[in-house]
Amino acid sequence: MYTQGLTEPGVRPATESTPDDAERLRRFEARIEAEEKIEPKDWMPDAYRQTLIRQISQHAHSEIVGMLPEGNWITRAPTLLRKAILIAKVQDEGGHGAYLYSAAETLGVSRAELIDQLLAGRAKYSSIFNYPTLSWADVGAIGWLVDGAAIMNQIPLCRCSYGPYSRAMIRICKEESFHQRQGYDIMLKLARGTAAQRRMAQDALDRWWWPSLMMFGPPDTASQHTALSVRWKIKRFTNDELRQKFVDFTVPQAQFLGLSIPDPALRWDEAAKRHEFGAIDWREFNDVLKGHGPCNRERLAERRAAHDAGRWVREAAVAHAAKRAARAVA
Amino acid sequence: MSDAHDWPLYEIFIRARGGLDHKHVGSVHAADVAMAIEHARDVYTRRLEGVSIWVVRSTDIVASDPADSDALFEPARDKIYRHPTFYEIPKEVETL
Repeated sequence: MYTQGLTEPGVRPATESTPDDAERLRRFEARIEAEEKIEPKDWMPDAYRQTLIRQISQHAHSEIVGMLPEGNWITRAPTLLRKAILIAKVQDEGGHGAYLYSAAETLGVSRAELIDQLLAGRAKYSSIFNYPTLSWADVGAIGWLVDGAAIMNQIPLCRCSYGPYSRAMIRICKEESFHQRQGYDIMLKLARGTAAQRRMAQDALDRWWWPSLMMFGPPDTASQHTALSVRWKIKRFTNDELRQKFVDFTVPQAQFLGLSIPDPALRWDEAAKRHEFGAIDWREFNDVLKGHGPCNRERLAERRAAHDAGRWVREAAVAHAAKRAARAVA
Repeated sequence: MSDAHDWPLYEIFIRARGGLDHKHVGSVHAADVAMAIEHARDVYTRRLEGVSIWVVRSTDIVASDPADSDALFEPARDKIYRHPTFYEIPKEVETL
């Protein structure tokens, strides 16, 4: 999840292909066809490596930037238990970022390089994290909808053809379910609360619904990476297939809460056995991706500030390790 | 990390429960082994996934080359007589 099919500048140029490579490519594709996993030291086409680096690093960045909108509510969570839960969730997001950077590093790229790209504004992360968290209900809506959309995307990634990515995703999926359920639990409490609490829940759903649908990335007709990614089993389903599934799962959950989804065109299509829904405003999506969302500048500024403020700690840790190593030798 | 260098990489192995082997779970960056264990605790055992952690500098791991797979593992393929099911023992013979 959290990768919206975008080209990232700075990927390495493809290496020249030779007759040898054609034979290697044939064997590589045969292995993928046979559902074998590709492991770090195995030969792989450069485009496969670059696609994975782009996808896994965008995913990792999204986990790290995703800590910010929710971290915003840790000090203001309504009870001590909610505070403890939110801290655990935000810590999980950091952990997910760590698993994913670790998976990306198996492809021969360094974490430092990837973080540099993020801080320099050259890397993408999910558009969803450029929206503000204005009320406590937003924390509920993020868990329910944003993590719900993430799970929808991530479950098929557990079967991704690249071993380290697939293993990281299995670990992440086990933890995401807690995130989604705690979010729905917040919404449930608000929906069963006072009129003001119900309004707060509805307002959060109104603001998060469309950005959540955009999380699945551009429509299949406009997605530049889908075909090859599906062929190489990096992706198992297209953006539109996953988006449809998400809508079908989520509509009854909203009905149970007694909340209405902000889409007048939404209706159940009995013949097709699925929901029809209104047109997504792709102009808004593209604006947010280009850096013009409500919080793009704030998010990157916060990441940079945290990175700079932590520099002395990282340097001190290295100095301390060097001193202890020198003493051990002496 | 826009710093000159990142901390070294450590591979992490976790024993899930007493009696099981340590199993590779991923990697962390750390300034030294003590910090690698602390980071591995935070990253890989937030839900009681382990009772013991091994950390090894990634550069200290020596791995076989997938290109040598045939040379390394092919010789075992035709030695089916290494498996007990290769031998047919008459039914009358018990506890064998």
